[in-house]
Amino acid sequence: MSRLAVRKTYKLFIGGAFPRSESGRSYPVTSPKGDFLANASRASRKDARDAVSAARKAFPGWSGATAYNRGQILYRIAEMLEGRRAQFADELGLGKKAALESVDAAIDRLVWYAGWSDKITSVRGTANPVAGPYFNLSTPEPTGVVAVVAPADPLLGLVSVVAPVIVTGNACVVVAAERTPLPAITLAEVLATSDLPGGVVNILTGHQAELAPWLAAHMDVNALDLTGVTDADLALRCEQDAAENLKRVLGPAGDDWSGDPGLGRMTAFLETKTVWHPMGV
Amino acid sequence: MSMFEYAPAPESRDVVDIKPSYGLFIGGEFTDGSGPSFKTVNPATEETLAEVATASSDDVDRAVQAARKAFDAWSGLPGSERAKYLFRIARIIQERARELAVLESLDNGKPIRESRDVDVPLVAAHFFYYAGWADKLSHAGFGPDPRPLGVAGQVIPWNFPLLMLAWKIAPALACGNTVVLKPAETTPLTALLIAEICQQAELPPGVVNIVTGAGETGAAVVAHPDVNKVAFTGSTDVGRLIARTVAGSGKKLTLELGGKAANIVFEDAALDQAVEGIVNGIFFNQGHVCCAGSRLLVQESIQEELLAALKRRLATLRLGDPLDKNTDIGAINSAEQLAKIRQLSEAGESEGAERWSPACELPGRGYWFPPTLFTGVAQSHRIAREEIFGPVLSILTFRTPAEAVEKANNTPYGLSAGIWTEKGSRILWMADKLRAGVVWANTFNRFDPASPFGGYKESGYGREGGLRGLEAYLDV
Amino acid sequence: MTTSLADVASSGATLRAFLHGLPGVDRVGADQRAAMLGTRSIKTTAKAQAIDLAISMVDLTTLEGADTPGKVRALCAKARHPGEGAPRVAAVCVYPDLVHVAAGALAGSGVKVASVATAFPSGRSSLEVKVSETKLAVAAGADEIDMVIDRGAFLAGDHLKVYEEIAAVKAACGDAHLKVILETGELATYDNVRRASWLAMLAGGDFIKTSTGKVSPAATLPVTLIMLEAVRDFRDATGRQVGVKPAGGIRTTKDAIKNLVLVNETAGDDWLSPDWFRLGASSLLNDLLMQRQKLATGRYAGPDYFTLD
Repeated sequence: MSRLAVRKTYKLFIGGAFPRSESGRSYPVTSPKGDFLANASRASRKDARDAVSAARKAFPGWSGATAYNRGQILYRIAEMLEGRRAQFADELGLGKKAALESVDAAIDRLVWYAGWSDKITSVRGTANPVAGPYFNLSTPEPTGVVAVVAPADPLLGLVSVVAPVIVTGNACVVVAAERTPLPAITLAEVLATSDLPGGVVNILTGHQAELAPWLAAHMDVNALDLTGVTDADLALRCEQDAAENLKRVLGPAGDDWSGDPGLGRMTAFLETKTVWHPMGV
Repeated sequence: MSMFEYAPAPESRDVVDIKPSYGLFIGGEFTDGSGPSFKTVNPATEETLAEVATASSDDVDRAVQAARKAFDAWSGLPGSERAKYLFRIARIIQERARELAVLESLDNGKPIRESRDVDVPLVAAHFFYYAGWADKLSHAGFGPDPRPLGVAGQVIPWNFPLLMLAWKIAPALACGNTVVLKPAETTPLTALLIAEICQQAELPPGVVNIVTGAGETGAAVVAHPDVNKVAFTGSTDVGRLIARTVAGSGKKLTLELGGKAANIVFEDAALDQAVEGIVNGIFFNQGHVCCAGSRLLVQESIQEELLAALKRRLATLRLGDPLDKNTDIGAINSAEQLAKIRQLSEAGESEGAERWSPACELPGRGYWFPPTLFTGVAQSHRIAREEIFGPVLSILTFRTPAEAVEKANNTPYGLSAGIWTEKGSRILWMADKLRAGVVWANTFNRFDPASPFGGYKESGYGREGGLRGLEAYLDV
Repeated sequence: MTTSLADVASSGATLRAFLHGLPGVDRVGADQRAAMLGTRSIKTTAKAQAIDLAISMVDLTTLEGADTPGKVRALCAKARHPGEGAPRVAAVCVYPDLVHVAAGALAGSGVKVASVATAFPSGRSSLEVKVSETKLAVAAGADEIDMVIDRGAFLAGDHLKVYEEIAAVKAACGDAHLKVILETGELATYDNVRRASWLAMLAGGDFIKTSTGKVSPAATLPVTLIMLEAVRDFRDATGRQVGVKPAGGIRTTKDAIKNLVLVNETAGDDWLSPDWFRLGASSLLNDLLMQRQKLATGRYAGPDYFTLD
C-alpha cells in the first residue's frame, strides 16, 4: 500500500520566521501544465509592512558585520543550496537537465557574489588626492532596506537579484515570482539554515500588483528593484511613488540570467561615503 | 566700538561690465528669449543689475535641438581634444577670476572673500580636474569605451551659481555629452559670463547652452523628451517632483538636494578649531549651503564652555557689504529666502528654543539676517528638522557617542556630518555609523574636485566630483 | 588664581596632567584660521592707525655677537625718535652686558630697556647662572627680562623643571617684567606651544614670547594665534592678563598688521597696547616708517630716506 505524502505548507519568510499571511489568504499555485502544486500564502500590505520592519531591524547588524563574515554566509547559502540540488530541480518544473543546469547556475552565482563581499569596497572606493592637507577616502556603503520585485525565473532569477543586494550589507524585502513562488519559499528554508541573520532577506508571496505599490510608497524603504515587474503601468506608478522619499530605483529588466552579471546590481544599491580628516602634527 | 576699526576695503566693481539686458545662449550665440524678461537684483542693495530673458518651452526646445545637433561631433572628438577645450575654459576662468568673483558677489550677495578665495578657484579647479579625465575614460573602470549619454539637462541653484555650474558642465563635457543648463532666476549673470568664456574658448556651438528663467523653464528642461540625462541641485521638494517627472522615461538622473547636517563636538575636541569649524559650518555663504552644519550636537559636559567660546567668536563676525574684502557674512540671496529664514526662526522661538545673536547692525537696504544661535533645541523642534538655509544654528546636546549617532541620523536627510574629537578610533567609529555622504572629521565644509560629494536618503543620489562623478554622465 | 590652578604645579605629575588636559590644537585648522585672518584688508585710516600702533609696540632688537656700545647707542637714538611725527618704540632689547649702555641712552625717554637673559639663546646652563645673569641685567637697568625656557627639559617631559626655573627667574627679576621665550620653532607642535604658554603663565611670566630669532621658524601667524588664545583663556580662568610678543621674522608692515588683526580678533581690545603686545624686530621699523610716509605723501618711499641704525 502506497504511503500518503506529507505535504509542505508554503508560508511567508519574515524576520527569520515562517508566518502565514496575517490576512489568512492563500492562492493556488499550479504547474505549467495546470496541475495543482500548493496553496501559497497571499501576502497583504500588512505583511509587507512587517517585512520592512524586520529588514530595518536587521540592517544595522548585517551592514555592520565584517565583509568577510557576509561572504562566508553567502558561501554557506551556496553550500546549503548544493545540498538540496535535487529538491530544487524537482520544484522548478522544467525538464530534468534544464532544471539541474538552472540550479547549478544559481549556486555558482551565489559563490560569485559571495566573493565580492570583501572586494567591492576596493573596486568602488577611491582615495582622493585633494588640494590640501587632508586625508580623503571614499568608500561604498549599503543603501539600507531594498524592496525587490523578483523576476519570473523562480530560482536563478531570484538568487541573481537577492545576492547582489545583500552581499554589500543591505537588507531586503522580496516579492517572489507570482506564478512560481514555491522555490522562493524553499530558498527561504536554505537561508534560514545558513547563519543569515533573520530579517536580512524577507520573502513575500502573493500578487505583485497588490504588494509592489505599498513597498514603492513605503517611507522606510530606501531603494526599489523593479526587475520582475512586467506591467509597464505598474512599473511607472511604482517609480513615481518611489520619488516621495527619493528611493534609488532599478528599473524592470528582462529575464535572461545567463550572462556575466557585472557590478550594476550591486552598485545600484550602494552609497558613496567620503570622509575627510586634516593631516597635521 | 572696537579700538581697531577696519576702514571699508571695497573690491572695485570696475572689473565687471554688466549689460542692461541679457538673452539666452543657444547654439553658441546669444539670442532673445520669447518669455517675458525678468530683473536680477543685487541682494545687498536691491538695485536692479540687469534684465534677463525668460526661456519659454519653445526656447528650451531650441536649446535641446542645438545640443543634440552638436552631440555627434562633440562625442566623436578624441577625448584629448575635448580635454583641451576644457583646459582652455579653466585657464580663461583663472584669467578672468576677479571679474567672475565680483559679478558672483554682486548677483548672489556672498562675500567677495568667499567668491574670490573659494568659489572661483574651485570652479577653475573643477574644469581642470575633469579636463584631465576626458582622454582617460577607458581607464576609469567602466570598460574599454564608455559612452556618453547624450544631451544633459541641468538645473542649478542660486547658492553657488558658478561652482554648481562647474560641477554640472565640466564632467558632462569631459564624458562627451552636450548640455542645456538653467541657472537660478536670482543668480543668472555669472552663467552668462561663462557662456561668453565658452565663446572665447571657441567651444563648438551647441555644446553648452544656457537658458535662463524660473521654475517653468527648469521644468521644461527636465521634461524635454530629447534630454537623456537630468542633473539637479536644489531643494528636496523640487527633487521629488523631478524624480516623479523623470520616472519611466529612462533618463539618467542625479539629484543633490537638501540637508540638516549634524556637527558633533565631543568634550575632548580641539576647541578653538571646533569653534572655527562650527562657524564655518553654518555661517559660510550665509548658511545657504545644502551641507551646512546646521545642527550642532555638543557633548553636555562642555556645553557651557563651548557656547561661551562660540558667542565670543560670533561677536567678531563682520556682516555687511559683500564687496568689502573684510566681510564675513554677506546678504541673504532674496526676499523670499529671507522670509523663509525669518519664519523658521520665529517658529524656533515659539516652540521654546532660546534665540541669540551678537550685536550686529544690519544695513538699511537689501536682504539681511544676523548670525543666529538657538539653544535649548530639541529634535522635535522644526528648527532641528527643517532645512533653514540661512545663518541659523540649532544647538542640541548629547551624552554618549551612541546618542550622538542616533540624533545625527534621526532625519530624512543624509548629506553631510561633522565630528570633532582628538580620539582617532572614535572618529572612525562615528564616521562608519553616520548615514551621510560626506563626513568631515575635525574640519567642515571642505570641497575639492577630486572628492565625491552627494547624499544618502532624501539628500539625493549620485555623486559629483572625483572618479564617481564620471558615472553620472556615462552610459554605465 | 583658582585653587585648582594654584595646585597644578604641586608635583610633576599634576603639572603634566594639567598641561596634557588642555584642549588639543588641530594644526590644519589653526593654520587656516591664521591664514584667513591674514587676508584682512587694512586700508586708509585703519592702516595709518595700525602703523602707529605697531611702531609703538616694537621691541627694537640687536642680539649679535658683534654688538658694541656704539651700535646700541645708535639703536637707542632711533628708538627715541623713529621718524617725523612717529611714536617712539616700546623698548630696546639687547644682551645683558650692554644693558647699561641702553639704560643710559634711553634715560627719561619712556622707552624701556629689555635684556635677554638665562643663557640666551639656547638656555643651556645651570639655574644659578641664569638667576645671576638675570639679577645682573636688572641691576644694570633692565626694565624687562626676556628669558628662554629649557626646551630640552620641556621636550623630555620635565615640565616641573621648566616651571621652577621660570619661577626662580621671575623672583630674580624683582620689579622688572618677565617675558618668557618659548622658542616655538623647537617645540615642534602646536599642542606643545599651548602647553608651554600655560606653563609660562602659571609660573608667573608677564609676557609669553614666541622665539629668540635664532631658530627658524620663528614667529609664525598660527603660533601667535595659539599664544593669543592661551592668554585669553588664562585671563578667563585666573583674572590675570599676560602679554604676547611674537619675535623673529616679522619684517614688513604687512606682517605687523596681520599680527594686529590676530590680536584684534582673538584676544581683543585689551591686548591692543604696547603694555600687552610687542613685536620683536629690527628691520621692521623702517618698513613701518616707509609705509607711514607713503600714506602721508601718497608717494612710494625709498630706503635712502630712512636711516639704517
